[in-house]
Amino acid sequence: MMEMLNIKINGRDYQVEKNTTILEACHKFGIKVPTLCYLKEINEIGACRMCLCEVKGARGLVAACVYPIDRDGTEIFTNTPRIQKYRKMNLELLLSNHDKKCLSCPRNNSCELQQLCLEYGVDEKKFVGEETRYEEDHTTLHLVRNNNKCILCRRCVAACKQQYVSVIGANNRGFDSEVGCAFEKDLGEVSCVSCGQCTVVCPTGALVERDDTDKVFAAIADPEKHVVVHTAPSIRATLGECFGMPIGTNVTGKMVTALKMLGFDKVFDTNFGADLTIMEEGTEFIERVTEGGTLPMITSCSPGWVKFCEHYYPDLIPHLSTCKSPQQMQGAMIKSYYAEKAGIDPKDIVVVSVMPCVAKKFEIKRDHQGRDGMQDNDISISTRELGKMIKKAGIQFTELPDEEFDPIMGIGSGAGTIFGATGGVMEAALRTVADVLTGEDLKQIDYKEVRGTDDIKEATYEIAGKTVKVAVTSGLKNAAKLLDEIRAGKSPYQFIEVMCCPGGCVNGGGQPIQPAHVRNFTDLKALRAKALYDDDLNLPYRKSHDNPEIKAIYDEYLGKPGSHKAHELLHTAYVKREKV
Amino acid sequence: MRKKISSIPFSGTPEQEEKLKKVIADHLDDPGAVMPVLQLAQDIYGYLPFEVQKMVADGLNVPLEEVYGVATFYSQFALSPKGKYNISVCLGTACYVKGSGEILNALSEKLGIEAEECTPDGKFSLTACRCIGACGLAPVITVNEDVYGRLTVDDVEGIIEKYKD
Repeated sequence: MMEMLNIKINGRDYQVEKNTTILEACHKFGIKVPTLCYLKEINEIGACRMCLCEVKGARGLVAACVYPIDRDGTEIFTNTPRIQKYRKMNLELLLSNHDKKCLSCPRNNSCELQQLCLEYGVDEKKFVGEETRYEEDHTTLHLVRNNNKCILCRRCVAACKQQYVSVIGANNRGFDSEVGCAFEKDLGEVSCVSCGQCTVVCPTGALVERDDTDKVFAAIADPEKHVVVHTAPSIRATLGECFGMPIGTNVTGKMVTALKMLGFDKVFDTNFGADLTIMEEGTEFIERVTEGGTLPMITSCSPGWVKFCEHYYPDLIPHLSTCKSPQQMQGAMIKSYYAEKAGIDPKDIVVVSVMPCVAKKFEIKRDHQGRDGMQDNDISISTRELGKMIKKAGIQFTELPDEEFDPIMGIGSGAGTIFGATGGVMEAALRTVADVLTGEDLKQIDYKEVRGTDDIKEATYEIAGKTVKVAVTSGLKNAAKLLDEIRAGKSPYQFIEVMCCPGGCVNGGGQPIQPAHVRNFTDLKALRAKALYDDDLNLPYRKSHDNPEIKAIYDEYLGKPGSHKAHELLHTAYVKREKV
Repeated sequence: MRKKISSIPFSGTPEQEEKLKKVIADHLDDPGAVMPVLQLAQDIYGYLPFEVQKMVADGLNVPLEEVYGVATFYSQFALSPKGKYNISVCLGTACYVKGSGEILNALSEKLGIEAEECTPDGKFSLTACRCIGACGLAPVITVNEDVYGRLTVDDVEGIIEKYKD
């Protein structure tokens, strides 16, 4: 039993477990202590000094985020005039070297610094002096870095380290301190994997996704273009957050209506692409097992993960499935199968994907994708960008009725929908592989062992007399453990699912940004994933191979999974990349 | 002061690389090995260019950015090589009030490099240093082991001339 302490916060009596931090204790009792640098379990460095509180008897003010309450009778004050004065001054000092261009900032209204400045009533010109100014970095396809808005909280540095990438860090010292890459290189020159986790944790507008929404509006307005959009599995579970809806609300119907109102000619479901991926990847897996291919086979749906493998573990590329990601499969099918059926020249089609991810912006321009000089997808936008488009168009999202995706790529199975959560691809694949190997229509299709947000999940299944040992992981730090095992020749698995972002796509780099005071005390991954698993339970088809549109595409166009045509359109290759 | 990254091509020798590899191997299992290894690497190469930091990063299995962060944080580490003649300008209080700032500017202009840089021919490097304890001679500069005191901006050209060989 935990030792309980009697404490006082702002003169009122409370009880807390020993070694609870002041920040956590305050949260528990309904007090928000302001923070800028603190991210639970990721960045606990007590550097920003926003959470300063008074503890009776302590020398000076203490940082609530890293101060453990360890003695009975501790008296804490969170909001005295003295504290308010210091927090306000702290903000004013940050502003003294900040560009303060809030009106044109992409994070206007979602900026944590701005919000605190409002709460504390700062004078933005209190301290005027020398300022450091930086060039914006536009060298990557997925994000823009503007250090003129950086407050050196190091949340991005911690997120990058968490991903085992660490291409950004704190350079120089004192007034010259900046977050940057080694040898002041641009982000486009280093081995950034494009996951975008830094953009999700940045409290200001220093790291934001590249905004491609103007391209989408332009395509829609072009009468010569047939604009087709498709939305990834997890978007339905997160888009509502852009409009203040509770975390984990499934908004599929409203999302489809909004997309049709925006003027897209067709609205397809990337869940179809996910089902197609399962057909191909499941077949590839069975082939590798029965014909002695490279094992363990590792999933290739997550472009951040694929890029990580290419930079940091290029020797393990043969383990990657050759399947394109659902985004790319969907795009390839739109420009071939759909174009043919609709009688439209694929060159007149603009495919827009809505993704939980900013690495998808990189993926659409990869080599070994697309054909005849055409990309499979022309523009990839994130959940956040779609939210922006809907707002800009004046569409009252929360008031919308539900509509349905368009045929012939509008049906997705439950297996497709759970792609958005860690473990989903594995479960979806197992549902199909088990049916194929046993030749039965199995009823027990919940693979709960691979669900949840544990770092690494493993399970062993007996399928048609074969033992299949699988592992599922998300977050590249965790993936690295499994990869090191493979390198050492000690991996016991046949099949591994890796998702780049911790928790999978529901927590992707393109998902709606929740401020730290929400992130720190809410299990975003679990709440969002629950919406997908609930969706899975309620869908008429729960296995990819049961999806009637999937059956149709193989009957009418592709032949069978793994066919020559399928390989030409749905499979890809990888390259070794430098590690810098 | 922000460190200057040298544009002078790296000219490390196989012997130097051999030494660095040994240093890395000796510290491989030490916690916090980056600092001591960088110190020894600088002893070997005289400075810490990209190539050296990359070897340290790969050797110790830490991200290059982390190594670079350490190298740019501590003033003892240099990203530019020292020239054949290293000119150190004292910016300690006494020298500074006696005008060593102007001396530094004059040297910088004359040599075409800024503080913490090296001329492309490798002959001169320029350093801004803290008090060297010769306040009585302020403002003071040193060229390798030679000390020059009570300087004015006009003396700068003559001093550089002495080392033109």
